[in-house]
Amino acid sequence: MKRILIAILLGMATPMGAFSQTNYNNVQLPDPEQERKAVELMETIRCVVCQGQSITGSNADLAADMRGMIRERIARGEKPEDIRKWLIQNYGEWVSFKPQMGGNSAPLWLLPLLALAGGVYLARSRFKNRRG
Amino acid sequence: MKRVWLWAPFAIFITLIAVFAAGLINPSDRVVASGLVGRAVPQFALPGALDPAAGLSNQSFGDGKPKLLNVFASWCIPCVAEAPALMQLKNQGAEVVGIAVHDRPDALQKFLSENGNPYSAIGDDPQSRTQIAFGSAGVPETFVVDGSGIIRHQHVGIITPDDVPIIMAKLRAVE
Repeated sequence: MKRILIAILLGMATPMGAFSQTNYNNVQLPDPEQERKAVELMETIRCVVCQGQSITGSNADLAADMRGMIRERIARGEKPEDIRKWLIQNYGEWVSFKPQMGGNSAPLWLLPLLALAGGVYLARSRFKNRRG
Repeated sequence: MKRVWLWAPFAIFITLIAVFAAGLINPSDRVVASGLVGRAVPQFALPGALDPAAGLSNQSFGDGKPKLLNVFASWCIPCVAEAPALMQLKNQGAEVVGIAVHDRPDALQKFLSENGNPYSAIGDDPQSRTQIAFGSAGVPETFVVDGSGIIRHQHVGIITPDDVPIIMAKLRAVE
């Protein structure tokens, strides 16, 4: 009886042991706070294979590996923004869905302000006309 | 003067239509370029894909001899098409090292015996970590690394026979 029990336990232990060695490509981190940080970053990293999707929603192998890499690095205590900077260094600004201010993307940030200023100017002259 | 201003929104509209049409007719380049060109080979250490002892790391570069680093996989169909060009490069004196992504030793062995083996060393990258560190977005991709370990050029996609002289010239230029 004891032997059978041991055999059953061993049988259960093997897949469990194998499981603990799997990567974090499609497995959540045990710490919910770290997992939240990891997912938050993953949602704003572009899949370099499919290009229109974030790596959270992509089935490409490379995207899965990037998810695993991000989870591992967050679990090691790295800051999400440092990982983003590293990825931008490797793949260019394009890989991040959170555009940074400066250089090429400056018009993107300045245009709404210019439009608002233009709107205020137009509206002002309108109100002036009405008063006059 | 006022008349001219009335036409301005229409002119902007036409300009936008032209820009969008140009983008649709001639879509922009979808190649993902690595940001590591001009910088040193990133730190990595991979076991050998066939012989675990004969691995590849950043220490393999910077020994004074420029090298071609080919990121490939046995499951990658374009890599089969690229194999003859890599052999040509090797025969012309280029040292070619490889990183096999998501590969298995048996599949890799079969690939090399069928398509030839131009590699002096092949690193095993089962989870693409090193591929990501190189800023590579797919297979095949080839990096020209100079003798001091600086990445000088990235070739995305298949090296065709027409590309062989170009790659050879890039190698010679960084010697």
